[in-house]
Amino acid sequence: MKKFTWVALAAALFLGVIVSPFASSWLDGLERVAQAKGFLGRGEGEPLVSSPVPDYAFPGVRGERLATALAGGLGTALTFAVAFALAATLRKRRN
Amino acid sequence: MHIPDGFLDAKTFVALDVVGAGFVAVAAARARRALSERAVPLMAVLAAFIFASQMLNFPVAGGTSGHFAGGALAAIILGPWAATLVMTLVLVIQALVFGDGGVLALGANVFNMAVVTPFVGYGLYRLIRRLWRNEAGRFVASFAAAWLAVVAAASTCAVELAISGTIPLAVVLPAMTVVHAVIGVGEGLITALALGALRATRPDLLELAPGGGAR
Repeated sequence: MKKFTWVALAAALFLGVIVSPFASSWLDGLERVAQAKGFLGRGEGEPLVSSPVPDYAFPGVRGERLATALAGGLGTALTFAVAFALAATLRKRRN
Repeated sequence: MHIPDGFLDAKTFVALDVVGAGFVAVAAARARRALSERAVPLMAVLAAFIFASQMLNFPVAGGTSGHFAGGALAAIILGPWAATLVMTLVLVIQALVFGDGGVLALGANVFNMAVVTPFVGYGLYRLIRRLWRNEAGRFVASFAAAWLAVVAAASTCAVELAISGTIPLAVVLPAMTVVHAVIGVGEGLITALALGALRATRPDLLELAPGGGAR
């Protein structure tokens, strides 16, 4: 892969691993509206599919920031890999 | 703005799952025909960047945060259909691996963030660029496109909540629009700065979108 791809992937990993533990944990726009208008609780039932890394915290890791950093690293790398494979497959299957 | 399961009723999420799947199928068919070789690593990098950025909530007002969404940025660089694929992939990973956004509500989230944001953002960007061709126009077009994309997606989300009977439209539409009009300022700035940085380092990558791309 070209240099640009590696540099850009490294930048994304920097955001996902190093910066993400310091992100704001306040409610996002939709959650805030849901809380203010009284329907936030509707989204808090048992999830239909239990996700392996719920709420961007790597399970079994004690430190909150480390758990977030690991989740961010996993998610960023996984997204890159799946997107690459998907785009390459779509291109290969033309005609 | 990821809708969790429980916010939408069955008729609404089923309809949006069908609509979302339809858009993704068309996007995949178009990508198969039109995807250039150079677009493959760029799509992967954009997907990774958007995933990571969506973890970075910034405070916007007391107790409220927002994060970059990326649909307009991806659409300006890749064209709206390829952006639909990139955004959908991010949403699928968020829903299945991280429990962010409901699994039943995935179609709604795809519609709002992988269809509405790319198409609104791309449309407004091209419109402003046609009218305003200099450097300043580029910044304004990127900023405005990203801002409107987020506000439009928030409004669609509000309409979906109202159709579901979760909350009256007159209550939820202004609330969602106002909060995201503020969050959208961050979206606009990040989009304009990211496009500026890409133009400064790799201007050739901005020619990939169909019809001349982000010129």
